[in-house]
Amino acid sequence: MPVSTTQLSRTRFPVAAFGIWWLFWSILHYKVLSNFGIVFSESAVDSLISNFLLAAFCLLILNNMRYYLPGKERYWYVLLLSFILSVIWLALTRGILWAIFNQDMEYTRILSQSSNIRFAFGFLMTGCVTMLSLIWYTQKEQKAINALKQEAENHLREAELFKLRQQLQPHFLFNSLNSISALAGSQPEKARHMIQQLSAFLRGTLKKEERQMIPLKEEISFLELYLEIEKVRFGNRLQTDIQVTEEAATQLIPALILQPIVENAIKFGLYDTMDEVRIVIRASQTQSGLEVTVSNPFDPETSAGGQGTGFGLASVQRRLFLLYSRNGLLVTSVTQNIFTTLLTIPS
Amino acid sequence: MKVIIIDDEPLARGMIKEYLQAYPDLTLVEECKDGFEGLKAIQAHQPDLIFLDIQMPKINGFEMLELIEQPPAVIFTTAFDEYAIKAFEAHAIDYLLKPFSKERFEKALEKCRNSGMTNAIGNTQKLTEAMQTDTNPASHTRVVVKDANKIKIIPVSSIQYLESADDYVKIHTADGTYLKNKTMGYFEGILEAQNFVRIHRSYLVNVQLITRIDPYEKESHIAILSTGSRLPVSKSGFAKLKSILGI
Repeated sequence: MPVSTTQLSRTRFPVAAFGIWWLFWSILHYKVLSNFGIVFSESAVDSLISNFLLAAFCLLILNNMRYYLPGKERYWYVLLLSFILSVIWLALTRGILWAIFNQDMEYTRILSQSSNIRFAFGFLMTGCVTMLSLIWYTQKEQKAINALKQEAENHLREAELFKLRQQLQPHFLFNSLNSISALAGSQPEKARHMIQQLSAFLRGTLKKEERQMIPLKEEISFLELYLEIEKVRFGNRLQTDIQVTEEAATQLIPALILQPIVENAIKFGLYDTMDEVRIVIRASQTQSGLEVTVSNPFDPETSAGGQGTGFGLASVQRRLFLLYSRNGLLVTSVTQNIFTTLLTIPS
Repeated sequence: MKVIIIDDEPLARGMIKEYLQAYPDLTLVEECKDGFEGLKAIQAHQPDLIFLDIQMPKINGFEMLELIEQPPAVIFTTAFDEYAIKAFEAHAIDYLLKPFSKERFEKALEKCRNSGMTNAIGNTQKLTEAMQTDTNPASHTRVVVKDANKIKIIPVSSIQYLESADDYVKIHTADGTYLKNKTMGYFEGILEAQNFVRIHRSYLVNVQLITRIDPYEKESHIAILSTGSRLPVSKSGFAKLKSILGI
């Protein structure tokens, strides 16, 4: 509601149409009274006061509707509002007209006799205006809600696409295929083994997409599959060390969230240093939730402003935000020549 | 013909080695696992042709080529690199997308033989230039230079200012100055987006280090850096500084 009100107040009811509408009813009102034989001044004043007050009451309703649209009980609310306002309006017009023209017996007689019809007119008028504005504003609100919904959906789709693209990892895929191609000539058994590993990995990325949360030990075994393939590619240069506490192993974690973090660590480590690269992964359950750290060596002298923290981590961060509506679940830190990424999954 | 393979993945090197066996006139003189080894090997053997991977530890294939005064003919091998592939196509350099077939490998060799070595080398130099200037924004976070026989990687953030010196550009950092065989215009192009301003025909400065700008003689100024260096500012340089610093 607070979002839509700003949008609603921008589109006002057409003032000219409103004026002409009331002019029309004022003239009609005057005509009817004249036909009953009431003199010009009295019918004119009566018509002006009645219609002016009624118009003012209708404006009150319009204004009220702009900031508050009744919910489910709207029809009762509309009827009740119209009824109460008509009663007040009738009492007010009668009071004023009585005060002005109480010397004219003929006029006061017609005034009291026409109460019923005046009330009916007022009730119809306010009822119509309330109903119309209700429809008008509800429509406006619906439009605003639809626009918001559309926007949210677009965001979601974009995130989804981003995630998919992230998982395709063309660089990894083609390099792995190249390794297989190399092995096929000299060591066909190993090539076959690597094809199986790569297939299992790809199958995992496809399957796990459907399920959001999986136990950490499942995520880790998937990660190991990925690491095995990378080890074939890089040989002895890549070493891994994974330790998961028993308690942590059964905790749930968003599927495929660790792989991009580890991939980032490998890239960062392998391309930033020349020696052996040791990727250390630790997971434990703490008070704030499940904590997983991934660390890799890097060269603080040549790495300009944490280059390795780029793309992969940004997508993980975004995913975490979509899942938990919280920032700070992915934190990176640097100590000497070790770069560490800390992931917290709130319990 | 002498050939060198430079690739960080052992299996990828093995693949090329295997394919090379079919060509008795090509002698593999060395296999290198990174750009540093590559540089040394190229200096030592003066090969006619190198197979070069792009993504490698510390310095990438392009950065390595930049450091060679007369690079040999190059066939790039890469798995996936949108920027690089565009650049290859633009400069008619041959490249092999991993994994590649024996037939495709043969074609690349033929192309290299037919185009003549001088042509291939010219194209490579142009390509390297193009790669470093306008394609991959991520590669501009550092500058790779040769210092005596060592290779130095300078993060752009640690450059204080650049000074032109004949055919070279002097790069001033806290650790000392380094020479790079490039023009001022080249550096102006790649460093513009990172707070560097050409304050004078011969000076490109890191704006964040400027602490004072004093008038100097008529119509010109002098910029004083937090490091104490005093650099001349030309009339047009002063106008640029004014608009960037909002004074």
